[in-house]
Amino acid sequence: MSSADGLDVAALRKDFPILQRTVRDGKPLHYIDSGATSQRPRQVLDAEREFLETSNAAVHRGAHQLAEEATDAYEGARQKIADFVGAAADELVFVKNATEGINLVAYAMSNASVAGPESERFRLGPGDEIVVTEMEHHANLVPWQQLALRTGATLKWFGVTDDGRLDLSAVDELITAKTRIVAFTHQSNVLGTVTPVATLAAKARAAGALTVLDACQSVPHQKVDFRALGVDFAVFSGHKMLGPSGVGVLYGRRALLEAMPPFLTGGSMIEMVQMASSTFAPPPQRFEAGVPMTSQAVGLGAAVDYLSVVGMDRINAHEHLLTEAALRGLAEIPGVTIVGPADMKDRGGAVSFVIDGVHPHDAGQVLDDLGVAVRVGHHCAWPLHRRLGIPASIRASFYLYNDLDDVTALLDGVRETKRFFGVS
Amino acid sequence: MQMEQLYQEIILDHYKNPHGRGLRDPFDAESFQVNPTCGDEVTLRVKLDGETVTDVSYEGQGCSISQASTSVLTDLVVGRSVGEAFKTLDAFTELMQGKGQVEPDEDVLEDGVAFAGVAKYPARVKCALLGWMAFKDAVVRAEGNAA
Repeated sequence: MSSADGLDVAALRKDFPILQRTVRDGKPLHYIDSGATSQRPRQVLDAEREFLETSNAAVHRGAHQLAEEATDAYEGARQKIADFVGAAADELVFVKNATEGINLVAYAMSNASVAGPESERFRLGPGDEIVVTEMEHHANLVPWQQLALRTGATLKWFGVTDDGRLDLSAVDELITAKTRIVAFTHQSNVLGTVTPVATLAAKARAAGALTVLDACQSVPHQKVDFRALGVDFAVFSGHKMLGPSGVGVLYGRRALLEAMPPFLTGGSMIEMVQMASSTFAPPPQRFEAGVPMTSQAVGLGAAVDYLSVVGMDRINAHEHLLTEAALRGLAEIPGVTIVGPADMKDRGGAVSFVIDGVHPHDAGQVLDDLGVAVRVGHHCAWPLHRRLGIPASIRASFYLYNDLDDVTALLDGVRETKRFFGVS
Repeated sequence: MQMEQLYQEIILDHYKNPHGRGLRDPFDAESFQVNPTCGDEVTLRVKLDGETVTDVSYEGQGCSISQASTSVLTDLVVGRSVGEAFKTLDAFTELMQGKGQVEPDEDVLEDGVAFAGVAKYPARVKCALLGWMAFKDAVVRAEGNAA
């Protein structure tokens, strides 16, 4: 059955073996937790297996045929992924996940703070400021807290409005000549809120600050072009976009990556090594110390192929339809409060909510018993939950393989949760 | 439906009408425990008179399992000796970590046996143990203060 947006979800679902299984005594699985991790289609699993069965070798070393093929597969994946996000291949660094990508930038900056004048651009010290937002995932907050601690810089942040948008009213007090870094999310993993990236990037650029975009929740769900957005750095994770875990991507503008000192050092990332000192390879190799993940990169390349064939615009439209249905259905259930924008303006497919009188953990348990897999807790955004005055929330996050049956199962599950715990 | 086995009436009763809730003075030591994966938290105070636990008071926020389990804890340890309380704590911990294979002793655990179903849900075991970890920590601190 095709949904109204032209996506043949029933056919797509056949590519995802895990969606055919049952859970909790034979109940069909309604997997609505793709914001945490997405499921992988056979095409991705096959690409990994095929690589490992035919071409596996350590990349960028060795001159035998397998080493050549492995290197081609690895660099071919980099090119595909670069095309997918509007970047050049040498602007993409493979990392283990987005968290590592952000830490790479943060540690490169603290390394720059004790390096020579060539690293001036990345140096940070007392009097300098790092600006983040109150809606960040811990991955785009804690590394900056730590960088501030190591360098003596000051951490500042944009607040969040009651309806879950970035509060930009103080933008000119927050982004100033003192600002060195502005790090923010493209799409909140809790609220679904899409932030005004180009506006913030332009403000940061005008102030001479570098931007770091957490694109974990945007790249899997909409067409993203980092150059068009005008950000300096961006990160995303493979496992949230149908790809393997253990591979993520750091994007950095070429001129910046060329000037930035390394984070991890060792094999692969060098130009020349002597006993007392070394010089480093150009990017991206400079930031890929050691034998990298390989089948995972190949798998992520296959995931990008899969998403491209389906079409990011269609995926986005499909999620829009599901999100709208979920928001509408939840709003009709008494005692349910949406956490985040209640309308579809600048909003992605994460829907968080709370139920009066039922703790999210308990709700998640009843939903799980009905085969509905959602995330409960603070979703690694504890300060955001504190700001909104709730200890935790229930999050449904949709992807291309979800359909209106999943939305119905969620809504039925919420009603059953209320009945079970005796709240009206 | 397995939910009735997990959420036994006793648990829901303790959740809706918790025993001993609220922070009280005097107390000998206080412990704050948090479950970093879900954000559940409890602040728990202990008052000892020699070897006897004379009061346990607490505040917290969290799911029914964590809140009910702390309520049951107060029933099981207040008025008992520290030694007896720790034996009960060990029995409850063993039940929770038993993956559903441990047969609870109702003479020792009383209402605590209702949590047997929780042991089958690994993600919830930490919820059930949150208040108990706070109790253990507070007693150790109280005894440290007294020494």
